[in-house]
Amino acid sequence: MSKGLPEARTDAAMSELVPEPRPKPAVPMKPVSINSSLLGYIGIDTIIEQMRKKTMKTGFDFNIMVVGQSGLGKSTLVNTLFKSQVSRKASSWNREEKIPKTVEIKAIGHVIEEGGVKMKLTVIDTPGFGDQINNENCWEPIEKYINEQYEKFLKEEVNIARKKRIPDTRVHCCLYFISPTGHSLRPLDLEFMRHLSKVVNIIPVIAKADTMTLEEKSEFKQRVRKELEVNGIEFYPQKEFDEDLEDKTENDKIRQESMPFAVVGSDKEYQVNGKRVLGRKTPWGIIEVENLNHCEFALLRDFVIRTHLQDLKEVTHNIHYETYRAKRLNDNGGLPPGEGLLGTVLPPVPATPCPTAE
Amino acid sequence: MVSSSAPEHRRLCPQPPNPRVARPRSTHSRLTSPRPHGQVILGALPPASSGLILSAPHQQDKEYVGFAALPNQLHRKSVKKGFDFTLMVAGESGLGKSTLINSLFLTNLYEDRQLPETSARLTQTMTIERRGVEIEEGGIKVKLTLVDTPGFGDSVDCSDCWLPAVRFIEEQFEQYLRDESGLNRKNIQDSRVHCCLYFISPFGRGLRPLDVAFLRAVHEKVNIIPVIGKADALMPKETQALKQKIREQLKEEEINIYQFPDCDSDEDEDFKRQDAEMKESIPFAVVGSCEVVRDGGTRPVRGRRYSWGTVEVENPHHCDFLNLRRMLVQTHLQDLKEVTHDLLYEGYRARCLQSLARPGARDRASRSKLSRQSATEIPLPMLPLAETEKLIREKDEELRRMQEMLEKMQAQMQQSQTQGEQSEAL
Repeated sequence: MSKGLPEARTDAAMSELVPEPRPKPAVPMKPVSINSSLLGYIGIDTIIEQMRKKTMKTGFDFNIMVVGQSGLGKSTLVNTLFKSQVSRKASSWNREEKIPKTVEIKAIGHVIEEGGVKMKLTVIDTPGFGDQINNENCWEPIEKYINEQYEKFLKEEVNIARKKRIPDTRVHCCLYFISPTGHSLRPLDLEFMRHLSKVVNIIPVIAKADTMTLEEKSEFKQRVRKELEVNGIEFYPQKEFDEDLEDKTENDKIRQESMPFAVVGSDKEYQVNGKRVLGRKTPWGIIEVENLNHCEFALLRDFVIRTHLQDLKEVTHNIHYETYRAKRLNDNGGLPPGEGLLGTVLPPVPATPCPTAE
Repeated sequence: MVSSSAPEHRRLCPQPPNPRVARPRSTHSRLTSPRPHGQVILGALPPASSGLILSAPHQQDKEYVGFAALPNQLHRKSVKKGFDFTLMVAGESGLGKSTLINSLFLTNLYEDRQLPETSARLTQTMTIERRGVEIEEGGIKVKLTLVDTPGFGDSVDCSDCWLPAVRFIEEQFEQYLRDESGLNRKNIQDSRVHCCLYFISPFGRGLRPLDVAFLRAVHEKVNIIPVIGKADALMPKETQALKQKIREQLKEEEINIYQFPDCDSDEDEDFKRQDAEMKESIPFAVVGSCEVVRDGGTRPVRGRRYSWGTVEVENPHHCDFLNLRRMLVQTHLQDLKEVTHDLLYEGYRARCLQSLARPGARDRASRSKLSRQSATEIPLPMLPLAETEKLIREKDEELRRMQEMLEKMQAQMQQSQTQGEQSEAL
């Protein structure tokens, strides 16, 4: 299940120090595949059941980060995605809340259970992003945070006495909220995605999509996709990590038609046709959040939670984390941080944002 | 404005005025019935068929003087001259400014607009664009100039991005001051900005730091009408909460927006209630559209069609477009011009001349960045054309005369002060 190290990401100058790509297992020839049902029932297909039972017992964790200007409905969307109040909305009008002067990082953890499976969900909020007059480098605190989580994991991994299950605080997915201007991306959006698409999985999302008609929506999405392509920004699911043809066709469809998802979030329920639905009630109609004719929230939810959750974690672990690890090991002269030669303890290199290989 | 009382005074002139000419009332023209869409009336002139105050001709032969016809003369003159109005629109891109302007004035001012790509906007600074259009309706011509501010709030670093707009407004004042103090005052072109529609994003939680910075920079120089763009993003409760928040923020930051004048005490209750309602709905939450939607059988309306319903631009339950149009175009166009002239321009002029009157003002470094040109140089900068050198000299003469007068007045004041002190001491 491991993906090979992506050679394309390392600098040519450091090629001699890069750890060799893991050698593929030496198989003399393609094994002859036997359809066991012809010979009798062995029972290896129960492995799936065993894995499922294990997962249910241990549960799994998922860390999702939301980035975007204030007021774009980030907290509401996350609450709608996980159908619980996992994100404290800063939008109550009575409270006196000031826009923070610098970008803050707030991580809140919850444990959600469904069908016997426990998920430890952490929502990482970034208030203050893009709200100032001068937003130069406002993505730096975010980049720093992401790299700090990689550093934490690396330190645990490199320990002699490792924990059985290293607590995973790495950011698996970053939902970037695009303002529905209807024109094109804002310069700040481009800058953020350019800096962070190599470090974390970014899923761009068009917020508050109930301000656009169908034509406006499709035009806007096309323009956004084109701009991202022209600027060489790869959002999740990245083209280079498609494993096989099946993945490729599925992801191609998502990449070229659906993304970025135009979503509407709501935590209020209304009665429509005898059913209670989540939605927004306006004088000219009720916008149903889970109605595919109204917005693409259901597509986003299925994509992130029902089909690609595990893949998000895998790409984060196998690609982004490994890139970080390779860079750190190179910086340290091929040695793991912490323990040096002759038993002297090297001070760990501070977690500065690694220059991304362009 | 001319008084609007009915002519109960003595009427001596035997010649009654033409009863068919409409008599202009006060600026608060009363709209007793909702007007059909095409009849936008600029200024304060009810259609000729209603509002006849003067009774039948044969009753006025004996006692009619005739000055009651003065408003008609005024009206006829201004109709001939035409009105000009300069409107500035400001706000982040993508808030529906151009669509709203097209909806308000039923024109297509932005036909040839090219929206730049994001990478081009990375280093774009704000520019000022002017577009002019002549609108004619009911025999009245309005020359509307639209001042646009593309690039505002676009780049990553927006510090000081409002300065070009402030400079532009001041330049118009400067130009007018120069013209007013000049010799040829008959054909002064009034290019001063009469009103600024500032668009606030419905996606935020009130005014953003950039909004506050812009408004503070221009609020003493132009009439500001705050507007919430793309208001169909909000549910009714959210709209109310956002408006409340913006009003509080405006008060907190001490930003002076344009105050719609109170209606006269003799207007009836209905009108007063309407007026109060309109004032309550500031900032206006608007939706613009130039597309006509046929909503299955009912009459065609201008609106935006969604899968869940259609927003009607002119439905007062859906948005405040009608209110904005009424208050901006139908009732307060003239008042905006007057406030610009009487309050804002006079303030600018006073500041300008004061800096001129104080000795050594020319040598002193500018007190504020924005009036640097007026404080350090001659407040009326040189006209570019060489053949107006004579005019320049004449204007300088005038200026010197004004300065002498001011100094004399100041000396007089000081004298009387010292005299007063002396007499007290005695």
